[in-house]
Amino acid sequence: MQTSWVPFVPPSASTLSDKVDALYFYLSGVTIFFTLLISGVLIFFVIKYRRRTPYEIPRPVAGSHKLETLWSVIPFVIAMTMFAWGAQIYFQQSKAPKNAVEVYVVGKQWMWKIQHTTGQREINELHVPAGRNVKLIMTTEDVIHDFFIPAFRIKADVVPGRYTNLWFKATKPGRYHLFCAEYCGMNHSGMIGSVVVMEPTEFDDWLSGNASQQSPAAAGQQLYQTLGCVSCHGGAGEGGRGPALSGVFGRGVFLTNGQTVLADEAYIRESIVNPQAKLVAGFGPIMPTFQGQVSEEQLVHLLAFIKSLQIQTQPPVAARPAAPPATSTGSPAPAPESTRR
Amino acid sequence: MREFEKAMETFVPPPPSRINYLNAQYGLKSWLLTKDHKRIALLYLGAISFFFFIGGLYAMFIRLELLTPQADLLQSTTYNKVFTQHGIIMVFFFLIPSIPATLGNFLIPMMIGAKDLAFPRINLLSWYIYMLGGLVTIYALLAGGIDTGWTFYTPFSTTFSNSYVIAAGLGIFINGFSSILTGLNFIVTIHTMRAPGMTWFRLPLFIWAHYATSLIMILGTPVIAITVLLLAFERLAHVGIFDPAVGGDPVLFQHLFWFYSHPAVYIMVLPGMGVISELIANFSRKNIFGYGFVAFSSLAIAVFGFLVWGHHLFVASQSVYAGMIFSFLSFAVAIPSAIKVFNWTATLYKASISYDTPMLYALGFIGLFTIGGMTGLFLAALATDVHLSDTYFVVAHFHYIMVGGTLLAYLGGLHYWWPKMSGRMYPEGWGRFSALVVFIGFNLTFLPQFILGYMGMPRRYHVYPDEFQVLHVLSSAGASILGVGLLIPLVYLIWSMRYGKVAEGNPWHLPGLEWRTQSPPITENFDFTPVVTWEAYEFAPPEETEVVGKFAEERV
Amino acid sequence: MAETVEHLGVGHEASHPALQHHFENMEQQREAGNIGMWVFLVTEIMFFGGMFLAYTLYRSKFPMAFASASNHLSLPMGAVNTVVLILSSFTMALAVYSAQIGKRRNQVVCLILTIVLGLTFLGIKAVEYHEKYVDHLIPGQLIPGHPFKPDKVHLLGDAAKENVEMFYWIYFAMTGMHAVHMIIGVGLLSVILFFAARGRYDPEYHSPVEISGLYWHFVDIVWIFLFPLLYLLGRHFEH
Repeated sequence: MQTSWVPFVPPSASTLSDKVDALYFYLSGVTIFFTLLISGVLIFFVIKYRRRTPYEIPRPVAGSHKLETLWSVIPFVIAMTMFAWGAQIYFQQSKAPKNAVEVYVVGKQWMWKIQHTTGQREINELHVPAGRNVKLIMTTEDVIHDFFIPAFRIKADVVPGRYTNLWFKATKPGRYHLFCAEYCGMNHSGMIGSVVVMEPTEFDDWLSGNASQQSPAAAGQQLYQTLGCVSCHGGAGEGGRGPALSGVFGRGVFLTNGQTVLADEAYIRESIVNPQAKLVAGFGPIMPTFQGQVSEEQLVHLLAFIKSLQIQTQPPVAARPAAPPATSTGSPAPAPESTRR
Repeated sequence: MREFEKAMETFVPPPPSRINYLNAQYGLKSWLLTKDHKRIALLYLGAISFFFFIGGLYAMFIRLELLTPQADLLQSTTYNKVFTQHGIIMVFFFLIPSIPATLGNFLIPMMIGAKDLAFPRINLLSWYIYMLGGLVTIYALLAGGIDTGWTFYTPFSTTFSNSYVIAAGLGIFINGFSSILTGLNFIVTIHTMRAPGMTWFRLPLFIWAHYATSLIMILGTPVIAITVLLLAFERLAHVGIFDPAVGGDPVLFQHLFWFYSHPAVYIMVLPGMGVISELIANFSRKNIFGYGFVAFSSLAIAVFGFLVWGHHLFVASQSVYAGMIFSFLSFAVAIPSAIKVFNWTATLYKASISYDTPMLYALGFIGLFTIGGMTGLFLAALATDVHLSDTYFVVAHFHYIMVGGTLLAYLGGLHYWWPKMSGRMYPEGWGRFSALVVFIGFNLTFLPQFILGYMGMPRRYHVYPDEFQVLHVLSSAGASILGVGLLIPLVYLIWSMRYGKVAEGNPWHLPGLEWRTQSPPITENFDFTPVVTWEAYEFAPPEETEVVGKFAEERV
Repeated sequence: MAETVEHLGVGHEASHPALQHHFENMEQQREAGNIGMWVFLVTEIMFFGGMFLAYTLYRSKFPMAFASASNHLSLPMGAVNTVVLILSSFTMALAVYSAQIGKRRNQVVCLILTIVLGLTFLGIKAVEYHEKYVDHLIPGQLIPGHPFKPDKVHLLGDAAKENVEMFYWIYFAMTGMHAVHMIIGVGLLSVILFFAARGRYDPEYHSPVEISGLYWHFVDIVWIFLFPLLYLLGRHFEH
């Protein structure tokens, strides 16, 4: 459904933005209908039943259970349609497709720092290809901000200490507003920019044109060396005194307390800044914390690097307890409560 | 339609004496140490009007700055302080106390036939606490202001803001106790001090509304108290309560904050709904249609209101499933309000409606509250809330309820009971005129903001893209009209205290118990114990009740 | 139909000197006072509730850090305090009973005992707080120049040192708030004691004693919740 001709609505530039608009028009229609209905009846009664002589008293009118039921049930049913429709679109908005291209976003007072996995960095601008799923993995260096793209009808807070996600598939090339939508201090109004949607071929050109910049994974590999991670986790993540990191991302990890957790972005980040929080089974609490020694951006680089580590042909060195665990590292991960939208 | 000259005879109160609560004692001490709920109500009226004026000044600066897309009137930090302080003053020092502390304090004992509230000294204490909280907050404003937004989100408010957060928080903390004590007083009074014959279902709906409000006040306010304390603690000591670097959770603050602040909006609107019930019934000379449903809907709103706070966190990294539950409940809480709107409208059927100023405000309320409430549904629905969160749509939505709702109800109630409180009538022509000006100015101010919001204009911005300017100019123009419309009653109400027409005990000729005293009342309200033998809003005998749907006789 | 309001007599017959002018009779006044205190206690539950929520959240996040920190608290002092408070509730109940049956001397004695027990509790608490100060366990930078250092706390299981501070701010916030309420309670009881000694309370009128008793019992019950949640975590682990 094209909404570009409707005034007072932002451009509709993603696969889900039309759907949100449709719900919005439904809500607007119902609102206008009931407002006109109530005001109309009100005005009609106020005129028809105006006082004619100063001392008149009208006959009292008994209540009606039938009417009360009617005007409780009908609004409730209408409300439920609104709820269901809104929830359905929301559910689609929360489940990023598996094949989405990932882009890292780090907010800080008062700018957006964006990094593509191939290395391009942008400040306050996000170039994306039309027709491809894009997933944003976002965090902040300081206070809570919010990444808001009106043309796609989406937004999400970025919260310190965790990663939040947004996904979209842009449809129309163009330049669209990007706003920060959570008050963050002095220059909140200035923390704006653009989302630039390009034709897929143009985008690929743009991407390769800036290939000289270091990719986040490469930057992460450098950090992995300089911070000394190699000494326990191995140069290629094969493990040693510390658990293996190659292939760990996206799989279940068995912990000393008997639980199994999913190694998602939040887990990787937490293991760097608070290593004892989720201790892998068979390993001692010897990893030092890097809290305060790495910035959010550097954490994103390390994350990108660890994600890029492939599974070795040799089985990784990882002490496993004798008791047969219910899950092994190859099985589907349990539903993580740490995954955010 | 029957005539009621005979009936009106019995409405006449005992012959008035020259002594009333205003002139019973003179002197500053007799006011500052009063135990009379009516005098305390007037003390609140003065203080609340003062804070409303300050909050209004801040609003004026906001709308002036937003006339242009650039930051040309105020610097960024100044603007941030202005909207923060507008919010804090209006929410905590005007909207929450306005109707309960002025009209509630004045009328609750009179409506139930009591001589005072259950705890008169605690009532006075709550005013002093309000003043102390207000003074501390004014100190924070004058010392340099506060720029965190009235929502104080962490970690900005704990670690990054250089403004007077602790002082403002302290002012709000202190003020909270005023709210708690008022609610406590009302609950105990309504339970234990009703006159003989005044059963629960003979109570005016104003009382039901205030009872429900008081439940929220006592259950919710302590939570904001502890939240503000933790915020101050964190800011002072940096212990890490909301700091992720040591395992804390910044979103915990949001949960704690909204657990109170959402029910708080029902503290703001429920008393207004109580006033509207009074106005609609009395200016139509009929019982409210579906009295029982309206009474219970107030309680339902109070209960459900505690279950929906998560709808402020849909985009704040709250889980998808929690979002679904809160969305469902947020739709559910809208239903009791809808029931009220339908019942009020139905009350007008076959009524005898007069166009006095209070009625105009009540009619305005119904229309504007319908818009405000229904635009809330856009925010209860998950997908649209994702787009609309933190945009001007939200600003428009809550101003429709707070100004189009609560403020209009407050003004309507003030006019309605003005003769009882002051012994004088306000000038009716000016009353109707300013009601109209307020209505027009208000809609012009806030209707464009719905559109601005959907177009993507974020909240709390003073610099914005050029394409939003036309709507902002419309909004600011409306604001100036609204401001004028609100200043006019200030002038004529004060004028009327000296020059207004002297009012009799029951100038509107109504059956409510508060009208069976002189205007202004004596200090003890009643010099006898009333015995209630009639139903609420009983204008005509119950035998004459018409059942909807049957053929009616011709109107006389 | 609206009737004329009936007159039910002007003024009261000879009434109790403590009857306030706006109440019809002592019964109404007593009922109002009681309901008022219960409503106030509900607000107190909500007030402490916020901290219980924070406790629940952070304990489930860092169970072993909480257990380690809890083990470091002095169990003997906590247990003695618990016994002291329960005893004080008993003496308070006796004071109320004495007022109900009109025994002035017993009221005074029981009130004094309650106050003394309350002060004992506060004294032991002060000793505990001082120990925390000495051990550098006061969270954050509450005491300038004396920052938090969790070195004294023996870590159990996979507890992380960084998370121990989380327990301690909750400990101080909850016991601190509780202590403030105790202090207010002691003050309140002192006032009641003053009037009880003057023979102000009799079987007809003793509701200030009753409602002060309600308050005191509430403060006691809060401690009954705090003690196991703060002092008894992980005591089953071997050190």
